[in-house]
Amino acid sequence: MSDKTRRVVSVLVENESSVLSRVSGLFAGRGYNIETLTVAPVPDTNRSRITIVTKGSQRVLEQITKQLHKLIPIHKVVEHEEMVEKEMVLAKFPITESLADIQALCDAYNGEIVNVGSDMIIGMAADEPIRIKHFIEASSRYNPIEIVRGGVVAIER
Amino acid sequence: MKMNGARMVCEALIAEGVKTVFGYPGGAIMNVYDEIYKQDGFEHILNRHEQASVHAADGYARATGEVGVAMVTSGPGFTNAVTGLATAYMDSIPMVVVSGQVPLSLIGTDGFQEIDAVGISRPCTKHNYLVRELSDLPRIMKEAFHIARTGRPGPVLVDIPKDITAEIGDFVYPNSVNIPSYKPTTKGNNRQIDKAVSAILKSKKPLLYIGGGVVLSNASDLVRKLADMGGIPAVETLMARGVMGHSNPLLHGMLGMHGNYSSNMAMSETDLVISLGARFDDRVTGKLSEFAKYADVIHVDIDAANIGKLVAVDYPIVGDVYGVLEKMISGLEGKIKPDRYANWREVLERYNTLHPQSYRDSDEVIKPQWAIERVGELLGEQAIITSDVGQHQMWTAQHYPFDRPRQWINSGGLGTMGFGFPAALGAKRGCPEKTVINFTGDGSILMNMQELITASEYKIPVINIILNNRFLGMVRQWQSFFYDERYAETDLSYQPNFKALAEACGGIGYDVTSKEEFDAALEDAIEKDRVAFINVAINRFENVLPMVPAGGALYNMLLDDQQEEK
Repeated sequence: MSDKTRRVVSVLVENESSVLSRVSGLFAGRGYNIETLTVAPVPDTNRSRITIVTKGSQRVLEQITKQLHKLIPIHKVVEHEEMVEKEMVLAKFPITESLADIQALCDAYNGEIVNVGSDMIIGMAADEPIRIKHFIEASSRYNPIEIVRGGVVAIER
Repeated sequence: MKMNGARMVCEALIAEGVKTVFGYPGGAIMNVYDEIYKQDGFEHILNRHEQASVHAADGYARATGEVGVAMVTSGPGFTNAVTGLATAYMDSIPMVVVSGQVPLSLIGTDGFQEIDAVGISRPCTKHNYLVRELSDLPRIMKEAFHIARTGRPGPVLVDIPKDITAEIGDFVYPNSVNIPSYKPTTKGNNRQIDKAVSAILKSKKPLLYIGGGVVLSNASDLVRKLADMGGIPAVETLMARGVMGHSNPLLHGMLGMHGNYSSNMAMSETDLVISLGARFDDRVTGKLSEFAKYADVIHVDIDAANIGKLVAVDYPIVGDVYGVLEKMISGLEGKIKPDRYANWREVLERYNTLHPQSYRDSDEVIKPQWAIERVGELLGEQAIITSDVGQHQMWTAQHYPFDRPRQWINSGGLGTMGFGFPAALGAKRGCPEKTVINFTGDGSILMNMQELITASEYKIPVINIILNNRFLGMVRQWQSFFYDERYAETDLSYQPNFKALAEACGGIGYDVTSKEEFDAALEDAIEKDRVAFINVAINRFENVLPMVPAGGALYNMLLDDQQEEK
């Protein structure tokens, strides 16, 4: 049963100081995997939303949901099935690379050039996680200096 | 009413009906102790180590069913309490621990006796709080007690910076709790319960698998009733000893690594496991793929995360065992008769006759099992029995004639040596009319022996029976079986004069080498009504049997002792 499934989980939590450590500590302590984790306040509430991408067997995924539910400041755990998910990436290229090529690349992945300086170009893309992976692969041709990847955010359809 | 935060803590404890607080003062908690000094709503017991304070609060909670309370200072006071928190957490014991913390302005500066208590205790508490505003304190105290005792119970830590306990504010203790994110499921789903009832009626070989949740839920009477209605055989986990009562013919005893043969065979052959407040611990199941291989599983547990965690469940029921059993019993009423599973019971009886729970007694030396059974004969239901961890714990679980829930107090999940003595103090304080016996070993007792002073000072006459084999016995047993008799660091022959040690601390000590001396010592200790050490020399190489080697299948048990006495 080494079949591991990828799962996106949204966790609605009380917006208090220790809640992120409760969630990440739970994953660490019980040996669950975290691929990405993003957290931000939910507008006009005192809650935050933590979006976690994880991987595990069915039994582990079930445990993750149940164990998260047990944490006192957690309101809701959503295991996404029908969802839109997006991830963002920033990439810095040397100014010697082709501005037009990079522009075209960013365009292809819902992005744009966000900054051009005397010695570098910064592009961004916002797309599905698998496409972000492709963007990173494609950008390797342009000798990226640095790539910064954000975590996944998801919303149920 | 205006008062400082320290007073608010005391007022909250009084409002919660707390009668006894176990603790140890220190810099960051001094404000609270100053208010404890001024009040007479509850008593404070000064243990001589914070770990003992938390175990004592734990023992109090296990014996009475109420929330145990302990109080410690910041830094080392708190870290000493961690083992106690973890012990209570693993066994789901309702407890509130209040710890001092450095002032808010010093948090994060590596201040004197500063440690991140909330960070450290997160994985070993049900919940924890760092109080940042005085105005939150009454609500947090109220929530702490609520969380500790509802749902799956557990310990809650309230960490309070020193400036908060000094600050003055308005105190109104809330009447109710409103935590929108915490609503434990207590009522089992009716349709699931109906399905479980049908499964019981279809089953030919059902088995009640009773766990500590039944004790926590005070559902023993209902379990007995369910068992009686259908004549359904039962096995108990370590934590559930006493639920069925030892003389109940339906009870096959404890199951698992040191369970008896018929219990483990029952689990191996049953076609329907009715799990009540048990969590399929590895010490119970042995090899998972062979565990209850032929059975469907009904799993009743208040913690949904326990269901399906280790064993696939056919009838999951999330809820309090008490309420679920009420519904199950009414569903079975009139449809089931006590002779229904007679054939199945006969099969199990034959297993029991084949390999009953037994030991070889001796005329030369006291066998630990004999000592335990002897206490059972003399005190029986009247005593509360605590234990430390190791061979003596297993022998006690196997051989003491437990008759009621909350009679047996031990650290099951965490397996904390040093638990027994302080837990006994707590149990005795909670149930002063009972005789409290702590079965312990020569290894375990030294891990909280400073409590002799506490017991003497507060006149808490618990009797520690040290089953002394001059070994760290359980580890020695594993070394004998699995490490080719290389007794690495388990020989405890170099040991204190236990009798003198007890007497040096105002208690009473006995050295016992014969059955007559044992009886005389026990009788005298009970009569003297003082804390006692009864140091019983037992044979050094006695093993706990039967035994399922770790990771083995329950039906493959080491039954008889091949070990030569040395």
